[in-house]
Amino acid sequence: MIKKKETVAMLLAGGQGSRLHLLTERTAKPAVTFGGKYRIIDFPLSNCINSGIDTVGVLTQYQPLALNEYIGNGQPWDLDRTYGGVTLLPPYQMNKRADWYKGTANAIYQNLQFIDKFDPDYVVILSGDHIYKMDYADMISAHKHSGADCTIAVFDVPLAEASRFGIMTLGENNRVVEFTEKPKQPKSTKASMGVYVFDRAKLAAYLEADEADEKSEKDFGKNVIPAMLNAGEKLFAYEFKGYWKDVGTINSLWEANMDLLGERPVLTLRDKNWRMFSRNDAMPPHYVGSGAVINNSIITEGCEIYGTVINSVLSAGVCVERGAVVRDSVIFGNVTVESDAEVDYSVIDADTVVGKGAKVGAEMALAKGITLVGGGLCLPDGVTVPDGAICGADMIKELSGGKNK
Amino acid sequence: MNAVGILFSGINENSVHELTKERTMASVPFGCRYRLIDFTLSNLVNAGITHVGLITHYNYQSLMDHIGSGKDWDLARRRGGFHLLPPFVTAFTGSGAAQLWSTWLEALVGVRDFIYECKEDLFVLSDCDSVCNLDLDSMIRSHVESGAEVTLAVKTAYLTDGTRNLTVVASAPDGRITDMIDSLGMPGGYADVSLKLLVTGKRFITEAINAAISRGYRDLIKYIQLRTSEGGDCRVFRFDGYFARVSDLTEYYRCSMDLLDPDIRRSLFAVRNRPVLTKVRNSAPSTYINGSVVRNSLIADGCVIEGTVENSIIFRGVKIGKNTHVKNCILMQDTFTGSNVYLNCVVTDKNAVIRDGRVLSGHETLPFFIGKNGSV
Repeated sequence: MIKKKETVAMLLAGGQGSRLHLLTERTAKPAVTFGGKYRIIDFPLSNCINSGIDTVGVLTQYQPLALNEYIGNGQPWDLDRTYGGVTLLPPYQMNKRADWYKGTANAIYQNLQFIDKFDPDYVVILSGDHIYKMDYADMISAHKHSGADCTIAVFDVPLAEASRFGIMTLGENNRVVEFTEKPKQPKSTKASMGVYVFDRAKLAAYLEADEADEKSEKDFGKNVIPAMLNAGEKLFAYEFKGYWKDVGTINSLWEANMDLLGERPVLTLRDKNWRMFSRNDAMPPHYVGSGAVINNSIITEGCEIYGTVINSVLSAGVCVERGAVVRDSVIFGNVTVESDAEVDYSVIDADTVVGKGAKVGAEMALAKGITLVGGGLCLPDGVTVPDGAICGADMIKELSGGKNK
Repeated sequence: MNAVGILFSGINENSVHELTKERTMASVPFGCRYRLIDFTLSNLVNAGITHVGLITHYNYQSLMDHIGSGKDWDLARRRGGFHLLPPFVTAFTGSGAAQLWSTWLEALVGVRDFIYECKEDLFVLSDCDSVCNLDLDSMIRSHVESGAEVTLAVKTAYLTDGTRNLTVVASAPDGRITDMIDSLGMPGGYADVSLKLLVTGKRFITEAINAAISRGYRDLIKYIQLRTSEGGDCRVFRFDGYFARVSDLTEYYRCSMDLLDPDIRRSLFAVRNRPVLTKVRNSAPSTYINGSVVRNSLIADGCVIEGTVENSIIFRGVKIGKNTHVKNCILMQDTFTGSNVYLNCVVTDKNAVIRDGRVLSGHETLPFFIGKNGSV
């Protein structure tokens, strides 16, 4: 027997995140490292458990191995439950046909059975690509209070960026009057955060209707929400006033990491009442050697620092050898920066070795852009990776070929 | 692995009385994020042992809190897994007041029902207050291959005159134990010291328990000695890696500072396939503020560092204030130091608060100690 749950959360984690280039070549975007010891998906998952939601379906599709392994039985988030807990929901084969998830709405549609099992009153739709701390329980209570059929979380974005989001026009009591996905000429700065609370019956009805519509792109923002508005359903906005960042690009991912730095960081992960949970390897404390210089940085377990680290975020197991300098950079797990190498204004993916005396990127003020180095690579000693470059295995070949190595 | 682990918490409870006033030796914090029991427990788990009983003594609340269901060691199992065995004191004592166990053998008698129920053939018995990363798997294999009744781990160490609380093990070249002597009566010099870790079979344990009940034996070491004198095959297993057991606060201080040595750190934490596991606390990474200076120190997660830290061991959630200088110190979980503080050779227990401008100094030979929740 399955106990009824008031709320079930569905977390869309199948996105490729192609604008993160090499970082998502072999991992889904929600599994990308963030803030030293977290993955992006830790944020919605921790938000769920902190909001009292203990039943979460995670919809995976693109490169799910790392993500599946990371979520596992949900134990780090206290989501290993006898009733509910976390369930991974990959696309599957049906009696007569098989389908990939064709869009956000279709992904949920294909898993209506999962939702029905728990007989919930509300369904929360989340996405796995934002960094934010949010109490969904407060949003659900606003949803109940307004008697809405759907409540959409909104965040005020700068007008210049508004055309990247679903933009809403709000009427009285924050009722949604108009919703346009990625408008060329945005009419307001109220952007959808991709966090929805639905009345379950309404959700099921509109998903079924959307599925039947062959012209539909099977997307919440493009199809389902406009269809509900057209039919005169009650849609309300829930204004969120905390930190929220879409980390879909290398620049925004880098910025969000930098937001953790400083005496009073814009985004803090030390809030004991809103703890962020993550799956960690058992690593020893980090060691700082005698000649090390560390300024305005974040360092975590398993690191060994003998060189200089300035304005940077280091993940677990990073080694910065003597004479090496890491500045304005985000370094993922188990990267080694060998002696006298210099890393400037860069993002380096996990398990890469930066050879002795190598130079990655250029000083932030002068650089053309952030330099991105892929994972599991070996940068030969003394090479230079130009600023703004995207350095994968091909580029390494080219670089070492030039040096006859 | 066809073996079950039996751990004894709290034989040497009073040796570091500053740290064990409110906890057992097994749950004494060590090395920024660990408790002493983590090392022994990880040794068992890394050898593939998935069934562990922990016999507790006094003050085991903090120990229970640390281990919980055992899931951080992968010991939350339906079959086997972690079992907490509280001290056995019957309400119906035949004579005199109920006695808490004080030796391994007494403790084993108290948990004999647990032992009889174990389906495994081999038993690993160990105290849980030592720091080492030992290849228990090869010790168990050598026990099985030699066919010995008991295999006891030893390490060659230099003893000064009249060292307390150690058992010196004499053995023949083939590894057979010939004698076991209390270190107190020994002259100084090199000797093989018992690591209080042994492998044995179910039969031996059962016989020892029976002998304890029927003949009143109280000490497993004495019982092993008796067996050796009767021709029983008891052997040593030599361990030559890093090993530390703390006997007082100065020793605790010295062993903690050992971790600043890269070789020692490597031999404890960087052994392939033998990680040291501990309870996950989900602290955020540590933050270094502009102006911080850190040299030769080990630092756990969750710290905020604004001042200077040198040659120190900093536990989780410690705050080092502006213009504060911390030198040769061990600051435990959530210690708070204000600004313009100077600390040298200070050991603080959990949640200590050192307010602005305080100057405190101990010495390596006698560190200055601030107790749990203490404030200066």
